[in-house]
Amino acid sequence: MGESYQEGTGSGADFDLTQFYQIFFEEAGENLDQMERILLALDLAAVSDEDLNGIFRCAHSIKGGAATFGFADVAELTHQMESLLDRLRRHELQIIPEMIDVLLESADASRSLLARHQAGGQGEVLSTTDLVARIRQLVSGVVSTPAPPPPPPPPPPAPAPAPAAALAPAPVAAEPLPPGVRRLEIRIGPLSSIDQADAVKELFRDIPGLGTISDLPCSLADTRLFLVETSSTNDDLLDLFAFHVSKDQVEMRSLDAAPAPAPAESANPYELFGAASASPAPVAAPAVVAAPAPAPAPTAAPAVVAAPAPAPAASGAPKGGGSQSAQMESTTIRVAVNKVDQLINLVGELVITQAMLAQNSRGLDAAVYQQLLAGLADLDRNTRDLQESVMSIRMIPMSVVFSRFPRMLRDLANKLGKKVDFVTHGEATELDKGLVEKITDPLTHLVRNSCDHGIEMPAERLAKGKPENGTIILSASHQGGSIVIEVRDDGKGLSREKILNKARERGLDVSDQMPDQEVWMLIFAPGFSTAEVITDISGRGVGLDVVKRNIAALNGTVEIESFEGQGMKVAVRLPLTLAIMDGMSVGVGDEVYILPLSSVVESFQVNSDDVSTVAQGAQLVKVRDEYMPVIALERIFQVPRVNQEKSSTIMVVVEADGSRVALLVDELLGQHQVVVKNLEANYRKVPNVSGATILGDGKVALILDIGGLVRRARY
Amino acid sequence: MSVVGKTAENAPSGAREYLTFRLDQEEYGIDILKVQEIRGYEAPTRIANAPEFIKGVVNLRGTIVPIVDMRLKFNCSHVEYNGFTVVIILNLRQRVVGIVVDSVSDVMELSPDSIRSAPDIDSVIDNGCILGLGSVADRMLILLDIEKLMSSVDMGLISIGD
Repeated sequence: MGESYQEGTGSGADFDLTQFYQIFFEEAGENLDQMERILLALDLAAVSDEDLNGIFRCAHSIKGGAATFGFADVAELTHQMESLLDRLRRHELQIIPEMIDVLLESADASRSLLARHQAGGQGEVLSTTDLVARIRQLVSGVVSTPAPPPPPPPPPPAPAPAPAAALAPAPVAAEPLPPGVRRLEIRIGPLSSIDQADAVKELFRDIPGLGTISDLPCSLADTRLFLVETSSTNDDLLDLFAFHVSKDQVEMRSLDAAPAPAPAESANPYELFGAASASPAPVAAPAVVAAPAPAPAPTAAPAVVAAPAPAPAASGAPKGGGSQSAQMESTTIRVAVNKVDQLINLVGELVITQAMLAQNSRGLDAAVYQQLLAGLADLDRNTRDLQESVMSIRMIPMSVVFSRFPRMLRDLANKLGKKVDFVTHGEATELDKGLVEKITDPLTHLVRNSCDHGIEMPAERLAKGKPENGTIILSASHQGGSIVIEVRDDGKGLSREKILNKARERGLDVSDQMPDQEVWMLIFAPGFSTAEVITDISGRGVGLDVVKRNIAALNGTVEIESFEGQGMKVAVRLPLTLAIMDGMSVGVGDEVYILPLSSVVESFQVNSDDVSTVAQGAQLVKVRDEYMPVIALERIFQVPRVNQEKSSTIMVVVEADGSRVALLVDELLGQHQVVVKNLEANYRKVPNVSGATILGDGKVALILDIGGLVRRARY
Repeated sequence: MSVVGKTAENAPSGAREYLTFRLDQEEYGIDILKVQEIRGYEAPTRIANAPEFIKGVVNLRGTIVPIVDMRLKFNCSHVEYNGFTVVIILNLRQRVVGIVVDSVSDVMELSPDSIRSAPDIDSVIDNGCILGLGSVADRMLILLDIEKLMSSVDMGLISIGD
């Protein structure tokens, strides 16, 4: 991706479009996403014009961009989509489910085509002829409206034809035209500068498939008259022209359709010009048309014929594609992620320096150093604000993840013959970009799982007295320093018995007395699947264990709640960001260690009566009727005891993977946000340590790997 | 033409610059291009269960850098940390490592013909890590392939399987 950008900037004399490729690909991707979103949300019974226009705009933007950059295949496909959408938004066609399907498939195809272009044209060539044919069929064939499809009637508000109309059609209509192509007379004027009309002419040269344009003589100095052959609709043309001339300066008149009766002549604002300029037209028209007109291909649309020509020029069309989205994005900027990361690193350093200053100034006399201390207090506040703002740059809303599910579920439910409603809550909940990328796959898996294994077939649901449509709810919310993402369904839930049987089959150590929570967690064991039929969607038994592992790698946890026959809920809890976390610093001897605050349950002064030893001196502590293993940090980290006065008398109960251990430490030093640093960048993995951070005094402190400590104590 | 000129110019020198440092009575040289900076010694954060010669990690302007005491690695008799103890920060293949030495002496330019190959000796480090012996006046300089030495398994600086 980056490469094409580089190449673009490196090239010399010619105006090189490749440098804009990346922007185009990103925008096209967003437009496709948007289109998909609207399509999926469409209510077939009551389609709003706004939605149709929205989808149309997306297709239109992609088409414009693709044509400019010479991606003829994409331009052709989106052009066909656009034709269909155009007829829909004019209410000339009734929307039917097949149309949604074909539009979704076309969006997918466009996506693959774009991906191929993005990869520099490598990979398999995807044929879109089938899709194009299907769209055409929908555009023309299936229509039951009385009007014959090929020449779409002009839009209702279009200005009535000028008086000359009666003269024009006869000679012109004699030329045979490819199906779907219309002849138009377009009058542009009055113009302040006649060059604007030339810009319109260039549009036809630059956009493959748009059609042909030729001059017609016009007697007025500030008005130009053109003869246009095109398969685009009037509105399309107006949209395109809008970048050069205003809509009310353009008048279009169809030459091959029977001229519409012109009763409202007096309403025509251009009647003065019409009468004066149209008279020479019929004489000149045939000659001009003859040269470019007869397009050879009888079946393929003109767009296909014109498409192979790459369009290197950048004029009308990029504006067509670009400026619309530019308007939408005027409040945001695109920034490379590494720039943001660099900023975050620098702010991290600043926070450390600030903490160092704060610590060093603690002993100063407030009376003498009043100004300095006031300054440091300001610095403290500003650094905190700055850190928060910078971290928020990386935060993106969960809707980015959620938006991919409606489509996936729709396809999945169709394939399985199930009926599923999908509901999302808390799309605005924000999460670190790095986490969002990593959580998408595990979530996808959970949602698929719910649909495949959880939701029953419609008949089965009805028999159970449930609504025919199953519901999958995906929700996200902030809870303290973490984000909780829940996947809930009202399907059949987990069967305790089945899981236990399966576990025994697999030779896992289980008992009938296990609490539900532990039984549910068995489904995350490797190679575990309770689906009776192994489908290609899920049920191969790989996956859920990977889901669990991926989430654990993000310092996250998974919990399951399930009621047989009523559904289940999987809750994924994640930290908001990987770069900064809330830590509790504890002292052991002269050393400081950091515990992730999220794993700390409680701490207390230890009473020697509560500690008992087992066999080889392994210690257990009794906390409210629960015995948990004791881990003395002093022993694990072989802390040297220089200062004999201190000793470990404080227990900190920490929890990971659902089990708890008590860490024995000397003292609790405080809670603060720590910037997590990687120890492996320059060193190696250290057992029981997940990373390092820099304390206020500039020293390095190690962050404990609670998961590792718990596993060490348990097994 | 330019190629000929270049080789003619570089051939006699072909020389490389070495940073020399002392460990007890011995003098060592390492390729100066591997050296990032030289700092005073500050107490690092100890890492449990690491070999004795790995003193721990320090914060080098926000980067966590491991510190290896070469004197302990090379079994020197005196090891003390005072105001003159020096840490050479090395930059090796994108990794940053600090080594503790007694003192840094000089930067020297050595031509290949003043470097003798090292005889097979029995020492704590792999012979492959010794590039050769340089003679400067009457002093002997042990030239180390510091990159090879630091990435060797027994230094324990890199996770196995990396």
